[in-house]
Amino acid sequence: MTLKRAAAITGIGELKPTRTPDGKTTLGIMTEVARLAMLDAGLGPTDVDGLLIGPPITDMAPMWPSVLGEYLGVHPRYSNVVDIGGASAAGMVWRAAAAIAAGQCRAVLCVLGEASDVETFYTPRGRRRYQLPYREFEVPYGPMGVNSGYALIAQRHMFQYGTTSRQLAKIAVDQRTNACANPDALFFDRPITIDDVLNSPLVVDPLHLLEIVMPCTGGAAFVVVSPEVARRSPRPPVWLLGAAEYATHMMLSQAGDITTSPIAVTAPRALQMAGVSPKDVDLVSVYDCYTITVLVTLEDAGFCPKGRGGPFVEEHDLSYRGDLPLNTHGGQLSFGQPGLAGGASHVTEAVRQLQGRTGDRQVSHCELAFINGNGGVMSEQASLVLGR
Amino acid sequence: MAEEEYRKPLPEPNDTTRPFWEGTRARQLRLQRCRDCGKHIFYPRVICPFCLSEHLEWFTASGKGKVYSYTVVRRAVHPAFQEDVPYVLAIVELDEGPRLTTNIVGVAPEEVRVDMPVRAAYDDVTPDLTLLKFEPLLGQEMN
Repeated sequence: MTLKRAAAITGIGELKPTRTPDGKTTLGIMTEVARLAMLDAGLGPTDVDGLLIGPPITDMAPMWPSVLGEYLGVHPRYSNVVDIGGASAAGMVWRAAAAIAAGQCRAVLCVLGEASDVETFYTPRGRRRYQLPYREFEVPYGPMGVNSGYALIAQRHMFQYGTTSRQLAKIAVDQRTNACANPDALFFDRPITIDDVLNSPLVVDPLHLLEIVMPCTGGAAFVVVSPEVARRSPRPPVWLLGAAEYATHMMLSQAGDITTSPIAVTAPRALQMAGVSPKDVDLVSVYDCYTITVLVTLEDAGFCPKGRGGPFVEEHDLSYRGDLPLNTHGGQLSFGQPGLAGGASHVTEAVRQLQGRTGDRQVSHCELAFINGNGGVMSEQASLVLGR
Repeated sequence: MAEEEYRKPLPEPNDTTRPFWEGTRARQLRLQRCRDCGKHIFYPRVICPFCLSEHLEWFTASGKGKVYSYTVVRRAVHPAFQEDVPYVLAIVELDEGPRLTTNIVGVAPEEVRVDMPVRAAYDDVTPDLTLLKFEPLLGQEMN
């Protein structure tokens, strides 16, 4: 059995990220995007029989699927929380397809949202005192959340391969160019240059402020349906063609070579399921919590040889009008990073591009998209290939 | 003069990890070794993550290693670390193999390098708890 064309995404819903919640709650945001996705797919709550939720980082609560299902009037035959960090949205797509292929349900609503801002995100909350290894062996040494983890990856990448800050900055600049063509992006009207990135404050060496995502408010949802339901879809179905997932660690100190991520496993498997190679891909939409994340992803997914990511991003135009359109909505760096919905923005953007509904930033002849979701400190990865 | 209260997050040792923290108090870097497959293990566990053996034993490691990677934290997340910025957060690879997260001390942040040889430096942050940090290894100690 393969999941290739076992299911399709037929509807999406997403909010324009905002710097602060502005009175919105997580439940309210999830409800808004879930409604938009169902309307987009031409489905009502009783048509939906599966519900997958990404746990809101600043609003952890038990039984989120029951809470949202009840609120929406959705009675799922299949529900779950998908808790693989930024890989959750991509992970949901194949989980939904697998449940559909197994005959358990026909239309799975996937919802991710966050009502947060920089202050809320970084304020230590009265969390439980977790008896977990990272609390005992990492937190006492003062890591800067996951920022410092990605900084350690970047530093080691520079050491092993000679990668430079200027090369990393190019990624942020190209993605900002994309955001400037996307009115729904948080940084829509704020173009930047490589020097702007390099002159922004060093936050956690070697990463500068403009290489790091800004926590914000927003949400995203999408509906994954069976081939039968997809045939009645008002919009062109976007088919799942390939998927793979792999997780290797929680603490970066427990990873192998930290410059190579589990994407080196997931991307080839997802591409193989789809029967395509990186050169066939029209759109790359990959998790970009930091510039270094994109660089490592491009290498591990086979768009360039290992260690050549720096020269590669310098040689290619990564904007929507370039030779390798990447994160055309602006990516999390410039579209926005509303919790796990930041990772979902790569799924929604791929659907939009494949359906030809992105306006000024439309990639011409967009038929095949490679998507990657990344959780933790490049710990857990889910790669997808989507197509018409 | 009363000692200032230590406000940063502290490890809370349990039965599995206590020998490690008793080791740092005694200025020893203690690791686990699997008696079945021989692999060295950090952080402390109840089973070997390589072969699932329950037969683990403690031994005292050399305390030497190299900086595998590092970063300079310039903005602290936890407010108690704010007084320390900029400080060096690093992953050190021990001569015995395992890697761990730590701080590099006794050197200016701008002088730290990947691959720099380091040795254990013990920081008695409270009367009961000693954190394992690392400092540059001097020339004559290297061989």
